[in-house]
Amino acid sequence: MDVLIVLEDNNGKIHRMGLESIAAAQKLANGLSLSMGALVMGANGDALAKEASEYNVGEVLKINNEHLSSYSSDGYAETVKQVIEQENPTYVIFGHTYQVRDYAPKVSAKLMKPFLVDNVDVRTNEGNVVFTKQMFNAKLSADVEANSSGPFLVSFQSAAFSMDAAAAGSVSIRESTVQLDTAMIRTKSEPPFQEEVGGVDLTSADIIVSIGRGIGKEENIPLAVELSKALGGELAASRPVVDSGWLPSAHQIGSSGQSVSPKLYLALGISGAIQHVVGMKGSKNIVTINKDPDAPIFEISDYGVVGDILEIIPKLTEAIQALKN
Amino acid sequence: MKIAVLVKQVPGADSPLSIQSNQNWVDEGSAAFIMNESDNYALEEALQIRESMGEGEVVAVSLGPDRIQKVIRESLAKGADRAIHIQMDTEGVIDPLVTASHFAHALKEENFDLIFTGLQSDDLGMGQTGIILGEMMGMATASLAMATELGDGKIKVKRELEAGWFQWVSLTLPASVSIQSGLNTPRYPSLKGIMGAKRKELKVVTPNAIDATQSLEKVYLPKSDKQTVMFEGSADQIVEKLVETFRNEVKVL
Repeated sequence: MDVLIVLEDNNGKIHRMGLESIAAAQKLANGLSLSMGALVMGANGDALAKEASEYNVGEVLKINNEHLSSYSSDGYAETVKQVIEQENPTYVIFGHTYQVRDYAPKVSAKLMKPFLVDNVDVRTNEGNVVFTKQMFNAKLSADVEANSSGPFLVSFQSAAFSMDAAAAGSVSIRESTVQLDTAMIRTKSEPPFQEEVGGVDLTSADIIVSIGRGIGKEENIPLAVELSKALGGELAASRPVVDSGWLPSAHQIGSSGQSVSPKLYLALGISGAIQHVVGMKGSKNIVTINKDPDAPIFEISDYGVVGDILEIIPKLTEAIQALKN
Repeated sequence: MKIAVLVKQVPGADSPLSIQSNQNWVDEGSAAFIMNESDNYALEEALQIRESMGEGEVVAVSLGPDRIQKVIRESLAKGADRAIHIQMDTEGVIDPLVTASHFAHALKEENFDLIFTGLQSDDLGMGQTGIILGEMMGMATASLAMATELGDGKIKVKRELEAGWFQWVSLTLPASVSIQSGLNTPRYPSLKGIMGAKRKELKVVTPNAIDATQSLEKVYLPKSDKQTVMFEGSADQIVEKLVETFRNEVKVL
């Protein structure tokens, strides 16, 4: 096969970003008339293989191995490397998940072949394949090309492709094997756990007031609390605010935190790094206030103000309170 | 315990970013450089491990032109024992395999127990160098560390998974761990630290690498796919327009 899609297990179902990577792989394969295959492995391999076989992915390759029953970077990297050697694909497509970020660079190092990461698009141009990724925390876009010959490892950013665009099909499932032994696996994992969510369910909120680095200091947090109360909304934050200890992590929006799609997302002093944007870009109305006119968050905003949030927030709170009384 | 920390100098979050006319890269002359955010946390984690064990060595390692000696000095001032500067022009160098090869060459005689890197750089955002370097040096690897615990020839790492989930993973040493921002509170250099940094060893070495496997064709401003309605005026006028929008367009008031 020419294009190998590596699908990830998310509690017995294909990870959403895996479905998105099927859509990306289909675009690439159709553009270059290439054949496809999809790889599943791990304890839930049977269920994943069945789900994958209902998409137009050429064929499904299922690896059963006792060393893959739980995730390890060594086990997964070695498996993908061996499958690449067996199947000889030119492109190996991943979703840019946290798990992929953990083990795919090891595959790149084992094969000394490039891992083109976190792309938002792919296009073919006179036989060249050009990948587009974001750089400088999404302030700039960059076109990147692979040199030499494949295989090339490629990951796509969350929501770069819609999972609804993944074309359905009915394909066969083939079982295959890899050679792994205990000594290869140098890590030992404990079961995953969730930390206190602290009763903050941002996912069902209609109105979210979200603050970023631009809030400046902890003493300014009450300004945002007052505004969210006046609006009847929930208070949220981007990572730098949580990292600074100004709000508990339960308030965090983004790839590490919660994903939301409220009617109103009021982004205050948030630059719009991609790790944040993936958690809120589905919001119905995004209203942004930021002193930096080049902040990437403006690109996805419906309404924008270039200004000082510390000046605007108290006045806005007051105006909303006056209206509600 | 001998720990290498890879630190990178990048344009800060508030730095101007102007694109070169040939679109090859940003104009570095107008950029305001700082230590990469997650690298700062990685350095702090290494310093805290050394301090809690009461022994060991923390070595700051950085790759780039002369300007990066600023972050190297900053690392020494914060408490790194010595530093290695792999001196080269990094403009247009984006391939993590190339970058990791430079580090592997510079570190191969050092026999580090641990390599810490930031999760990803705030300029290229590749997020691979520490893991590739670990693989090249035969080390166990883990990414997205939100806590570390050392003991008995092992490091235990609390890995961040997606959507608020975590997992403890134990790695045999030597290991390369990429550190997520937020796991500690990075210190500021003391005056004594700044003075002392001048007397610490800073070894400058030459690079040695492989051919690039991926290359940057051009950088450009992102194309916006949304029409943004911008409000201008005094703070009071802006507030009035926002309230009107919340009420009539967004319909939440």
